[in-house]
Amino acid sequence: MPPVLQIIDLKDSQATRSYLTKQTLRSWLLTTDHKRVGLLYLYTIIVFFAVAASAAAVMRLNLLTPRGDLVQAETYNKLFTMHGVLMVWFFLIPSIPSVLGNFLLPLMLGARDLAFPKLNLLSWYIFVFGGGIALYALLIGGVDTGWTFYTPYSSTYSNSHVALMAAGVFVAGFSSILTGLNFIVTTHKLRAPGLTWFRLRLFVWSLYATSVILVLATPVLAMTLTLMALERIWKVGVFDPALGGDPLLFQHLFWFYSHPAVYIMILPGMGVVSELIAAFSRKRVFGYTFVAFSSLAIALLGFLVWGHHMFVSSQSVFAGVIFSFLSFLVAIPSAIKVFNWTATLYRGSISLDTPMLYAIGFIGLFTIGGMTGLFLATLAVDVHVHDTYFVIAHFHYIMVGGMVMAFMGGLHFWWPKISGRMYPELLGKMTAIVTFLGFNLTFFPQFILGYLGMPRRYHAYPEQFQVYNVLSTAGASILGLGYVLPLCYLIWSCCYGKPAGNNPWGAKGFEWETTSPPPSENFEKPPVQTEEAYAYPVPSSEPITE
Amino acid sequence: MNARAILYEQFSDLEQQRESSLAGIWAFIASEIMFFGGLFLAFTVYRLNYTQAFNEASQHLNLVLATLNTAVLLTSALTMALAAASNKMGWKYSTLLLLMVTTLLGALFLAIKGIEYIEDWHKGLFPGSAFAWTGSDPGHVQLFFVLYFLMTGFHALHLMIGMGLILVMLLLTWKGWINSRHFMPLDVTSIYWHFVDLVWIFLFPLLYLLGAKI
Repeated sequence: MPPVLQIIDLKDSQATRSYLTKQTLRSWLLTTDHKRVGLLYLYTIIVFFAVAASAAAVMRLNLLTPRGDLVQAETYNKLFTMHGVLMVWFFLIPSIPSVLGNFLLPLMLGARDLAFPKLNLLSWYIFVFGGGIALYALLIGGVDTGWTFYTPYSSTYSNSHVALMAAGVFVAGFSSILTGLNFIVTTHKLRAPGLTWFRLRLFVWSLYATSVILVLATPVLAMTLTLMALERIWKVGVFDPALGGDPLLFQHLFWFYSHPAVYIMILPGMGVVSELIAAFSRKRVFGYTFVAFSSLAIALLGFLVWGHHMFVSSQSVFAGVIFSFLSFLVAIPSAIKVFNWTATLYRGSISLDTPMLYAIGFIGLFTIGGMTGLFLATLAVDVHVHDTYFVIAHFHYIMVGGMVMAFMGGLHFWWPKISGRMYPELLGKMTAIVTFLGFNLTFFPQFILGYLGMPRRYHAYPEQFQVYNVLSTAGASILGLGYVLPLCYLIWSCCYGKPAGNNPWGAKGFEWETTSPPPSENFEKPPVQTEEAYAYPVPSSEPITE
Repeated sequence: MNARAILYEQFSDLEQQRESSLAGIWAFIASEIMFFGGLFLAFTVYRLNYTQAFNEASQHLNLVLATLNTAVLLTSALTMALAAASNKMGWKYSTLLLLMVTTLLGALFLAIKGIEYIEDWHKGLFPGSAFAWTGSDPGHVQLFFVLYFLMTGFHALHLMIGMGLILVMLLLTWKGWINSRHFMPLDVTSIYWHFVDLVWIFLFPLLYLLGAKI
């Protein structure tokens, strides 16, 4: 950049050349710029998040009283289905990959765009189309099967719009596949000169592992839902035992996708946390290679553990033991990550900015979520807590405490790059703390509830569980505040935030070398990687004296 | 005529662009394999459980037409491969001719499959209300036919998509947009076409030969 431009008002120079300059509807809807597509995804998933969170809010309100005075049992069933389907397929799965991944992957690789920019825009349209079908199915009456669509209830007995909802999920799946494909090819082929595999950012490694799952697992879900919907419409047996089918086959096929999908919903979050920890400790991530490979190990092992959802589904005991053992193995790469993040903090020069608060929250909550996963992978314990609130609490610690915290942390971290402006830091810190407290108050009581035996998916419960449910609902209202606040101040910061400059955090990486917001072509001239990732100055090795 | 290639702005050179297309189609095919994988798994599980019924059911399919179709499809794979090779040699008209033959063979396959479906329908093999099976174990026999129609149906759908792609390639080759330097779209289509063929190579023995009395 010619130095003259830096001296003149920064705002003007950015306004003339950033990817956000052209603001017509047409320029957004026909864009092939990965950064704009990322933002299109962001706007879309916020809508789905709002709808799905509202469903959760009504459920939590209903559970304030043991009799469930607010909604009827049938409505409650539709609410938790709506919450699950929208949160899983229309918020969590696209959250970090499609928003932050889209925005950042080419920047981190030093590329102009993804390998297939038009396909990327098409992915968004497919996603919106699938989401539209799902929302339509909700508007005309909803679905009451739960997000798992278990047969034969879904294929034979349910009187709700199962086939339509399955069609929505089916369509959205193609968006996932195409995004994954695009990321894989981009990572392989579009790396800047000098950017070898072991100089890649850990976020790129985790996106790569996620993409492999997206490409290989999603089509199985597509086929499974097709079979289920056909059985329902065509009235011929595939899974219905009355017609010669095997309902267990549905569960096998469903979880063959949906367990790896759990890792689609956490691996990108782990990648974000690696970035945050490095940037705010001013240190290279400890054990870089191990953290990188642990992403691939999680992706691989994730394909081999689906049977732990079926310990009480008449699966053979032998299969149960194998799946239990394999599920324990997943704890190894997960623990490698947690230990290495913690080791990175050691003697780092840590600054506790908002993104770092989210990252530290992530580590704690993910650890609890992961450890309780081991309870569930233990055959005998699972029989006790299966289908109780213990399971709900466990996966919300991973999905919300893990992935959503990472998403929020990442959004704050890269917000200066995305918008060119800083968010209000104090408000950001307060929100991060509110979210953390609200989250724990919401979900920790659910561990106890589950252990005491309260089953999931009921709209009423025995009176002795009320106190925990009231705590949980109170927590949910605090948590809700933690999500509304960023929405307000991030929008505010677009107009009134102070200009961020290229690298407000002093972090390492290609994306911090270009302007904020970046130009359409990402870099003035193609960058070259000359050092390892996170090449922060090595801290002095002098012993700390008292 | 001048053969020219288009370099899209996200790539730095043609080689990188070609490699990306190639990596993309292989990743897509991996995804497709998993898509069909669900069906193959269902078929394998039920065939193991209900071998008798599945063998019985298989014998009611038309083996002659299916064998003929296998030959048609394999020939189309040859013409497709030749089309891609001839394009790289810069032989425009032979490429056009070979692509046309490939499409026609695809259409012939669908026509024969259609005749077979009609015959199946008249024999009362189509699952649902029209299903008429006088032999033993109608439930599991019907299961065979559900999977038979789904698997061949999904295969036919992929074949139609492949034919659509080839027609686009025909147009682009005719216009000169695909040529000896800009060959990747045609190569990618060719790989996809071979994948569709390969699915049939698995379907044919699984559905027709395993239970056949020859």
